[in-house]
Amino acid sequence: MSGNQPVLEIRNLCVDYGLGDQAVRAVRDVSLTLHRGEVLGLAGESGSGKSTLAYGLTRLLPPPGVVSGGEVIYHPREGAPMDVLRLSDAGLRKFRWAETSIVFQGAMNSLNPVYKVSTQLMDVLAAHRPSMSRADRLARARELLALVGIAADRMDSYPHQLSGGMRQRVMIGMALALDPQLVIMDEPTTALDVVMQRQILRQLVGLRERLGFSVLFITHDLSLLVEFSDRIAIMYGGRIVEQAPAERLYRDPLHPYSDGLLHAFPPLRGERRELTGIPGSPPDLRAMPSGCAFHPRCPKAMDACRTQLPRLGRPALLPESDADRTVACVLHPTG
Amino acid sequence: MQSLYVLFGLNKHESLLNQYGDYWSQLAHGDLGISFSNFPTPVTTILEQSLPWTIALAGCATIISFTVGTLLGVVAGWRRGSRLDFLLPVTTFVSSIPAFWLGILAVAVILALGWNVPVSEGYDPGVVPGWNLQFIGNAIDHSWLPLCMLVATSVSGWILSMRNMMVTVGSEDYITVAQAKGLSERRVMFGYAARNALLPNVSGLSLALGQIIGSTILVEIVFSYPGVGFEMLQAVGGTDYPLMQGIFLVITLAVLLANLLADIAYLILDPRTRKEG
Repeated sequence: MSGNQPVLEIRNLCVDYGLGDQAVRAVRDVSLTLHRGEVLGLAGESGSGKSTLAYGLTRLLPPPGVVSGGEVIYHPREGAPMDVLRLSDAGLRKFRWAETSIVFQGAMNSLNPVYKVSTQLMDVLAAHRPSMSRADRLARARELLALVGIAADRMDSYPHQLSGGMRQRVMIGMALALDPQLVIMDEPTTALDVVMQRQILRQLVGLRERLGFSVLFITHDLSLLVEFSDRIAIMYGGRIVEQAPAERLYRDPLHPYSDGLLHAFPPLRGERRELTGIPGSPPDLRAMPSGCAFHPRCPKAMDACRTQLPRLGRPALLPESDADRTVACVLHPTG
Repeated sequence: MQSLYVLFGLNKHESLLNQYGDYWSQLAHGDLGISFSNFPTPVTTILEQSLPWTIALAGCATIISFTVGTLLGVVAGWRRGSRLDFLLPVTTFVSSIPAFWLGILAVAVILALGWNVPVSEGYDPGVVPGWNLQFIGNAIDHSWLPLCMLVATSVSGWILSMRNMMVTVGSEDYITVAQAKGLSERRVMFGYAARNALLPNVSGLSLALGQIIGSTILVEIVFSYPGVGFEMLQAVGGTDYPLMQGIFLVITLAVLLANLLADIAYLILDPRTRKEG
């Protein structure tokens, strides 16, 4: 499924909250490449920097968040690649939603309560395609609702008249309004029940196959990612600690943290295994442990982990078939 | 003397209940009785003459103050932390001065400097009241000073409440979504943030509108403005009960009307308050 053309390349992105001495680094030196048509899952505990990464790369960080370093290279369908972090205000406005749209965490509060669904679907069209006539915008809005399985008579509803699942589907429809290449989903189904989660994600995967956009899927629910994504990146303490094809990561996690995450939910099929959590709590970003940030909680920690910061890279001992995976752990030295 | 007693109905010695019944039946015919102090003018005539003045003065003041204050509040809330935050302490300071005191100061300053600005009455003695340009221009000449006093002392409330609502609404998810949608700054600020932050200010506006008739008494006295407040002072001074009753009735009706308007405005502005069916 994943072609080899990149859509988005994140290079050494750092995001701080606050300035100067008070600054807390929430995203540390993250590099990640998203390919055309791919679903990339980004998983990690609360506070691991997943959402901050997403807000940082779209420049939506609320103050005091600041992107303190790195590049976000976006490859448009045609034209030269551009650095999102260096776009002018007008350029950024044009880039937003037309190239990269976002479905946010709060399914309930993402729609403005005082406007009709149709108004909110149409104003994004009006902003980006001023030449479109009102009738065309109306038709497109109707088409988008049909795409996510909502009846056209819901066009004139207000958000409070819709259920949570419907609201989130409206948001997904809205995200596809301008045919973006990349849709960022920031815990899009957290506020929904499991049945609705599944239904919406299945629909999303179906739409992805038809329309060919890429998805950056952010969640703390690794079980969802294993099922729905092509590739998974695991974040811990603001860094990416492991990155692998979903199937490989599920069968054979290399980083002890990924392993811990995978043992924190029960498999539906296969043999029974004991559920274990990861002892301890996420690191304090103001006082990060030396060396590998995970070592105070790691069952396999060694002396080297306390002093040496492992770099994300391809483990030297892996067979050639396992080309597309990287890990940052002392146990798996890079070649 | 005896005939006056009869005319005012003070000779009948009826029970309270009967008096109240008579009051209602006369009210139903639009008769509010005859003013004691302005004998033999009926109360309705006095109200007819003074109400337009007060409604024009206080109504304009409230609407101008609301519009200016809300707009400033929108911008101050949107750009919080900018130099616009300076507005708050300054306007709050001005609003802590009572309007009538500010009026007295203004009158004193104008008289001392010898400026040619009318500081009392609603119009010049030579001008005949009527709907013509000359009279309206003259009335505006006389009214803008008290108007400024009223606006200056009330605008800070609107700025403050609007700014704070803007700050609250600004952190809502749908604002981030609107920004992520690449809408223009103006559209996000007015269409999304201000549109939603406006709701509490609208109910504030209707309450303020309900109070316009009673709120300007002191300012009207300072400027000898021919409005309801000025009449009220006369009525209290002359123990003119029919006139006081009439004024209170008008104030009550104004508050009720304003509440109704507030409810209707809310229905229009906030779809969540509409009953489905």
